[in-house]
Amino acid sequence: MAVYKKTYRPYDGSLTPSWSRFLVIPRYAFEDLQRSKFLTIFFWASLIPPLVHAVLIYVQHNASVFNLVGAQGANRLININVSFFLSALGWQSMLALFLASFIGPGQVSPDLANNGLALYLARPFSRVEYVLGKMSVLLILLSIMTWIPCMLLFGYQGYMEGWDWTKANMRFASGIFFGSWIWIVILSLLALALSAWVKWKPAAGGLIFGVFFVAAGFGATINGVQRTTWGNLFNIRFLIGSVWVWLFEGNANTSGGATFFGSSQADAVPLWCCWAALATLCAICLYMLARKIRGMEVVR
Amino acid sequence: MDSVIELDDLEVRLGSRTILKKLKASLTGRSIGLLGPNGAGKSTLLNTLLGFHKPSSGTARILGRDIRTHAREVRSLIGYMPENDSFVASMSGVHFVRMMAELSGLPGEHALERAHEAFFYVGLGEVRYRNLGTYSLGMKQSAKLAQAIAHGPKLLFLDEPTNGLDPPARTRMIQLIQEIRDRGDLNLILSSHLLRDVEECCDQVLILKDGNVAAFCNLEEERRSNRRFLELETRGGVNGSFLESVEKLGCETATGAQGRIKLILPDGLEVRRLYEVAAQQDVQIRRLSHKRDSLEDIFLKAMETADGRL
Repeated sequence: MAVYKKTYRPYDGSLTPSWSRFLVIPRYAFEDLQRSKFLTIFFWASLIPPLVHAVLIYVQHNASVFNLVGAQGANRLININVSFFLSALGWQSMLALFLASFIGPGQVSPDLANNGLALYLARPFSRVEYVLGKMSVLLILLSIMTWIPCMLLFGYQGYMEGWDWTKANMRFASGIFFGSWIWIVILSLLALALSAWVKWKPAAGGLIFGVFFVAAGFGATINGVQRTTWGNLFNIRFLIGSVWVWLFEGNANTSGGATFFGSSQADAVPLWCCWAALATLCAICLYMLARKIRGMEVVR
Repeated sequence: MDSVIELDDLEVRLGSRTILKKLKASLTGRSIGLLGPNGAGKSTLLNTLLGFHKPSSGTARILGRDIRTHAREVRSLIGYMPENDSFVASMSGVHFVRMMAELSGLPGEHALERAHEAFFYVGLGEVRYRNLGTYSLGMKQSAKLAQAIAHGPKLLFLDEPTNGLDPPARTRMIQLIQEIRDRGDLNLILSSHLLRDVEECCDQVLILKDGNVAAFCNLEEERRSNRRFLELETRGGVNGSFLESVEKLGCETATGAQGRIKLILPDGLEVRRLYEVAAQQDVQIRRLSHKRDSLEDIFLKAMETADGRL
């Protein structure tokens, strides 16, 4: 029917499968994000470090490149080891933190600011689907920034070195994959929870940094005053670093990766405490989301 | 007739307060009014039917589907226009309504087409590309109606649809609601504390007071019976002879001062017959009016306390 016909008519056409409806949310979110030039530039610029790492892998295996500039043997200075992959993932994870703090608050707070959530949830669409839809925006973008380029680096190095190297260092691949996902899930949950709680975009963005840096400072203060290492449990960078080092190196800790995260042996807390602290953080975020993502907020 | 909404001892507690107290009713009308003073539980009832609040006991069925066990299916049948502002300020009107229609299950291209249609239908065609945050209050109300009907629901919940509207905008909104009702494609529930809105749009009314059903009536039947209830003002004629003649036609009568007569017409008797009898008796009927404000009477009676005070 043409749009000029001003009459109400019921809908009797086809419907999309109910499982696919949560994908509507990321589609609209990506359309919205594309309009921001800053975010688009930042996102593509964030892929430069993996490109630099790829160049390092290339020149490490092509001594002739150094010979051309008269730096014979310089390729031996580049070590493609656990530190290389940990630092590649570490830089990407920091950029992911910035991206999450830019786009995360814009996901939930606009819906809550003017009670738009009631309209989402008055449809055949659950709270879980809503959170999944919003979270998938972050999951997709942060994946493209973290584990996907790092896995490509691993694949490239494996291609250069051969199957034996790949087989021997398979733990790097699993470390990149699982380590990234832990980081992505934590970042996404934190961004959505703070966005839902604060409802004001700039404040929510600032709070994400606050949770990372102010909490780390608070932990350092506890360490200083109490002469203990338990304050590190407030330092998310330390916690994630400890988990990553274990994922990459297992119990054969070379300390190369740990140095990158500032998690030296002297500061160590038991690994299970790190896992438990991260799980607690996720649980708190889920609780905050469960409290705030409701069709109608009840004031008791 | 099948129930549109069946309330089966529905009780809702929020915190320590019981908001809805064992509501029991079967609503069958095409357009049903929910009336009650502020805080009576109207919005809570709608929110419970939408699944926003869990019933603490009892249940309700919407078009035969239990809200406890078929919540998703129930919501797929409903279009909801909330009482308060509900929008995403940074989205354009048509973009927002399209997204809402897609979330209701419409494929993208159908959702876009219907979003445009809905915007033209509610009279916002010219501003559909403007961000919702820039809309006036009246435009926001219309946009809420657009998103509620875009996916073609079977049941429309309108929570205080004329809130904050100026008289012309209110008239326009009421006309839209009447138009939707008269097409007969969907049932609608209109929650309001304004008697006039309900009277103009609804054929059944559920009146709530302090979370209880205070009254439930069929306005259409009331209107029909009121059409049989007349008030006349007469002049001239021989004392009592006009009344006798009218009673012979089967009318029940009561006289008032200065030629005023109240009467109830029997079924099948046309008003025209009264004029014929009056002409034969040389009586002038100066004024003839049907009984009005029936809903107000019903509402005031429902709001009365046991000692007769409001």
